[in-house]
Amino acid sequence: MARLTNDNVELAREIIGRYPRPKSALIPLLHLAQEQDGYLTDDAMAHIGELVGVSSAEVLGTASFYEMFKMEPVGRYMVNICTNISCQLRGGEELLAHAEKTLGIRPGQTTSDGLFTLEDVECIAACTEAPCLQVNYRYEHRISNEGFDQLVNDLRAGRRTDVPAHGVLAEVRQHIPEDRRAGVVTPEDKDVPVWISAAGESNR
Amino acid sequence: MITDAPRIITSRFDNADSFTLSGYEATGGYQALRKALGMGPAAVADEVKTATLLGRGGAGFPAGVKWGLAPENVWPRYLVVNGDESEPGTYKDRLLMERDPHQLIEGVLLACYAIGCGQAFLYVRGEMPLAQERIAAALNDAYAAGYIGKNILGSNFSVDIVLSWGAGAYIVGEETALIESLEGNRGMPRLKPPFFPAAKGLYMQPTIVNNVETLSNLPWIVTNGGEAFAALGAETSRGTRMFAVSGHVKNPGVFEVEYGVTTFRDLIYAPQYAGGILGDRALKAYIPGGASAPWFFEEHLDLPLEKVTVDRAGSMLGSGAVVVMDETTDAVKACLRVVRFFARESCGKCAPCREGTTWLEKILQRIQDGYGRPSDLDLLMDVSDNISPGIAWPPKQTTICPLGPSAVSPIASALQRFRPEFEARIAQAEEARHSVPVNISKVSSHG
Repeated sequence: MARLTNDNVELAREIIGRYPRPKSALIPLLHLAQEQDGYLTDDAMAHIGELVGVSSAEVLGTASFYEMFKMEPVGRYMVNICTNISCQLRGGEELLAHAEKTLGIRPGQTTSDGLFTLEDVECIAACTEAPCLQVNYRYEHRISNEGFDQLVNDLRAGRRTDVPAHGVLAEVRQHIPEDRRAGVVTPEDKDVPVWISAAGESNR
Repeated sequence: MITDAPRIITSRFDNADSFTLSGYEATGGYQALRKALGMGPAAVADEVKTATLLGRGGAGFPAGVKWGLAPENVWPRYLVVNGDESEPGTYKDRLLMERDPHQLIEGVLLACYAIGCGQAFLYVRGEMPLAQERIAAALNDAYAAGYIGKNILGSNFSVDIVLSWGAGAYIVGEETALIESLEGNRGMPRLKPPFFPAAKGLYMQPTIVNNVETLSNLPWIVTNGGEAFAALGAETSRGTRMFAVSGHVKNPGVFEVEYGVTTFRDLIYAPQYAGGILGDRALKAYIPGGASAPWFFEEHLDLPLEKVTVDRAGSMLGSGAVVVMDETTDAVKACLRVVRFFARESCGKCAPCREGTTWLEKILQRIQDGYGRPSDLDLLMDVSDNISPGIAWPPKQTTICPLGPSAVSPIASALQRFRPEFEARIAQAEEARHSVPVNISKVSSHG
């Protein structure tokens, strides 16, 4: 069971430093832990609690609310098929049934080789491209049964290098350069912002 | 009416480099920011008020008025950008974030300048890594170029924009739930009053929560003036707006059209838009503004995409999501799917929503599966009435947010219009039940 690595602790400190209250960094840090291990380990959650100053129970309380956070290992590829209304009208449920057959699992299950976890998900904002799915949150638009089988074959054969491991979201991170930083505004900073006061607007 | 109104927010979508700083600067990018710094914050706010820019997230509240709700002389104020697009059928904010992140960032800067926010939080839906990536890169580039951060372009205006993100929860699109999530908590809405974000929002400070599309309009408004924006569209719906048309249409797509004058018929049937129903079949129903909106039918096709008109006709434009169902659509199945969404996404804070949406789903599921009972239709309406008393429009609430009442919309729509379909499904079930052979002799009594 893994705590955050030293590199990730450094990243975590940078992220925490952007927020007026450390706990606001909780979801970004949980994503970081999931990126590191593919799911949320108890140790990582306890470690995050130490970093932001809350109990591990509070960390779990937040994490367990959100669909994307997995408390147990999942497949290398999360295959999320949308069956919500726009996709349902264009064959999303039939696509899901086909995927169940191809992968030999039901939604929520993982294949025995640990490669695929299948999920029946809600709208993923690609409604005009129905039926659609995401593999580790990377989109596949207007996908047919044959297209799905091709996708699975490509993933199995390692031909989809554009799809990173589960847990990896954006591959570009925000970095605020020290010399450009305006600084965190905490609720205790009661001063009128200088560009407002300089404009001399009494009614603001 | 189809007009040749300019594309305001999707103007760069066809450019291959639309998401880069150089591509943005080459097409007028960050000129509005320069102009604003010369105008002063009050003048920028006035332009937005003049534009009468209605919020594009769902509720359609005027952005300029919303900004003015922050109490005077209470500091600091925060800006929170709602990029948690997840209303079923809605597909526009993701495109704006992926294809033109600098336009959004410039909009955020203009809003912060006008309102007086020294820090802004850009909350992007968790399931959208490309949007997160494009925004992260755009922020990094804009910081390096001096557009964000300390003393922007040499002025006295300083603001940090922090990219933050969700982790899968529809309810976080509700602004107080979004604030809870930004504070590191479970995304459960806060009671209003007293927690109106403009008064008591992030860290209990005045907070303006604006939608991605809303903010993306600001650079154009500041560059061209509020009056030029207000000259487009109808009196109560100005400018242009993005609509995603999905479902049974020939050419599903996202279209920016003049707000308030283009009709549903234009959007669904015109060749430059969705191009008509698949296979030229007949229209059964359509959802005019996302899953939360009551359904519209044939007789509503000539209504303009205009907020007040659609509100009065008993639905809403919501988040600009038009979902088209043709005559082959199974009303029970479609209704069940939308209700199931709300049941899955209920945060569980209010009993009428938590229990009610769950039961609505179970009852609809048994009707769909062939186990429906004749009393189920009244039961559906009774449960609905407990979530949203009177089942009226606009909906009344027994809950602290509109999620629960939203689950009532598809039921009220489908049951009113297609009741015979539900009844036929139930009658079939009854018949099947009565025809099951039962071997009486093996039944023993425990009396």
